Amino acid sequence: MKPTIESFKQNARVALHDPQLQRALAGLPTGLVANRAAARARLPEFEDLRDIGRDIKDHTLAHLDLYLEEYERKATAAGAHVHWAATAAEAREIILQICRDADAKIVTKGKSMISEEIGLNSALESAGIEVVETDLGEYLVQIRGETPSHIIAPAIHLTQDQVEADFRRLHKNLPQDRVLTEPAQLVGEARQVLREKFLAADVGITGANFLIAETGSSVIVTNEGNGDLTQSLARVHVVVASIEKVVPTREDVSSILRLLARSATGQEFSTYTTFSTGPRRPDDPDGPQAYHVVLLDNGRSELLGTAFREVLRCIRCGACMNHCPVYSAIGGHAYGWVYPGPIGSVLTPSLIGVKHAADLPNASTFCGRCEQVCPMKIPLPKLMRHHRETEFSLGGPSHRYRLGLKTWAWFAQRPKLYHVATRLATAALGAFGRRRGAFRRLPFAGGWTRHRDFPAPQGRTFQQLWAEHKAGAPR
Amino acid sequence: MTSSRDAILSKIRSGLGITRDDPDRRTIVERRLSSRTRHLTPARVKEKSAEELLKLFRGFLERESATVVEVDKKQDIPAAIADYLRSNNLPARIRVGGDAMLTQLPWGSQPHLEMLLGRAQPSDEVGLTHAAAAVAETGTLAFASGPDNPVTLNFLPETHIVVVEERDLVPSYEDAWESIRARFGSEAMPRTVNFISGPSRTGDIGGRLVMGAHGPRRMCVIVVRNSDPGP
Repeated sequence: MKPTIESFKQNARVALHDPQLQRALAGLPTGLVANRAAARARLPEFEDLRDIGRDIKDHTLAHLDLYLEEYERKATAAGAHVHWAATAAEAREIILQICRDADAKIVTKGKSMISEEIGLNSALESAGIEVVETDLGEYLVQIRGETPSHIIAPAIHLTQDQVEADFRRLHKNLPQDRVLTEPAQLVGEARQVLREKFLAADVGITGANFLIAETGSSVIVTNEGNGDLTQSLARVHVVVASIEKVVPTREDVSSILRLLARSATGQEFSTYTTFSTGPRRPDDPDGPQAYHVVLLDNGRSELLGTAFREVLRCIRCGACMNHCPVYSAIGGHAYGWVYPGPIGSVLTPSLIGVKHAADLPNASTFCGRCEQVCPMKIPLPKLMRHHRETEFSLGGPSHRYRLGLKTWAWFAQRPKLYHVATRLATAALGAFGRRRGAFRRLPFAGGWTRHRDFPAPQGRTFQQLWAEHKAGAPR
Repeated sequence: MTSSRDAILSKIRSGLGITRDDPDRRTIVERRLSSRTRHLTPARVKEKSAEELLKLFRGFLERESATVVEVDKKQDIPAAIADYLRSNNLPARIRVGGDAMLTQLPWGSQPHLEMLLGRAQPSDEVGLTHAAAAVAETGTLAFASGPDNPVTLNFLPETHIVVVEERDLVPSYEDAWESIRARFGSEAMPRTVNFISGPSRTGDIGGRLVMGAHGPRRMCVIVVRNSDPGP
């Protein structure tokens, strides 16, 4: 996928003025956010599990080489073909070759962010293979020629009306008089169309939420069952997974699974959690005849020796974006690459370079909610701050920006002067603006007042109020 | 491909600051893999009676819009299935795998039920499978694929009927893994293990929940109570 991060500011402006998108995003607080809070409240051990989850992943990452070797040994013993891909291009080539060897005409796909990261669909399509996304949200995005805007709800930016219009436009066999006013009718229509694809597919490609070293298994989690139809009806099952997905045992994966659905959708457990080990067995009447796993690095191994090792704990639940004021305002597409929201603001610059994604770590209010809700306790704001430092050291931000920072720093390092200056400014702004309560325009603050009023101070600074408070004076 | 493998592993080792083969690290990993340490059992299933676990299991499944039916003995299963199909206006034709418990039930008591054997076919409307375990902590059923219970039966038909025995009801996921280990060997797995917690669903259109996205639209779980003396 070609990044469009360099136009982040423009992307964000467009998103803020897109009424369809704003309507679609308005449901986040009462939907995924409220559901997560309720699920967390029902499980008193939730916070303990976050520590456990973090420790499992930290332990695994510290021994990643050995767990990957063990995973490979076990998977191979069960009949899997394990492939290693250092880069996106290599992963595409491996999968393309598997499809060619299987003489594949139709490929169905379960949801996989890694396949987005490596740009798999266009590579397969260029080779003349029909690729069908089967997760309903991914399918909606695919037929529109778009990319997912959320890692677990790829079509969260679309409204029901848009879906109906797309189906009427693109589903050739859909009679014009078919009523499609209810979500259930739309789902029924998609189910029918995709069922035929499941049955016709030669190769089924899924991602993996986890790989288990103990057994050589890959794990997928869905609510629709699309991943299961993808992998059990096609002749060949291909799993594409990044190297940090491995965990040691079934006990470890069980603990992390207790966090995943609750953090993602607020469900007690996802409807389908599926553990796959090798191809079908000699007596099995169904299941794939061949099973391939492609292990992708694509820059992750380089993060291990850095502060960004912690981001490799991510289990892609999406809680950070659901709780992010920036994501809630601009949606996922504005972030310009595969991973949106706070995790994207950390992961994208780590994988493709700060130089190419400098706006992302700056697109944060540092409110800290992402870290508070992260099931793997990834310190996302701290890592964004690291990226900002890197950007600064590369001479990143504009001259004006640097000058502003420099001026502020000069004052901040002189507390007495700082207090006098802020006291004067606060008093002046208070005197001019107290009557109206806010400024619509202000010199040097056009960046603020273009979008919202600047509230007028009430006359005294925080430092003054604090000093009075400590002295016991009435406020 | 071998070269990418070696390159990735060597980059990982250099990132971790490992310069030589360290037997201590291997010992740590081997110990972790063989000890299978359990981390935490949720209080909701700790030291609970069989009755309490069943109530919890049932409650979660019903919340996820599954139907749960309890029968006192296996012989009652065919009648319970016939009842469910009739009351939901569903066809009396059922696809089932080679599972000995299921195939040996007294189907003759329900002569109008037609039984089809084998993996699921696209035209099948009702699938019947036997769960290897039931997990109380979230109302989750665990299935092991194979000739007895082909994996497609869990997903292709619109209606999924599940039989599970109360003696296979366990508190946690980890307990379900112990059952699977006892059956398949300590590190071996069947091709597919499915953990299923209700009928298929999606929220992808306008954020509204719709049942029957790709898998079954409805699910009926028949629990055989412990009172059954068994064969």
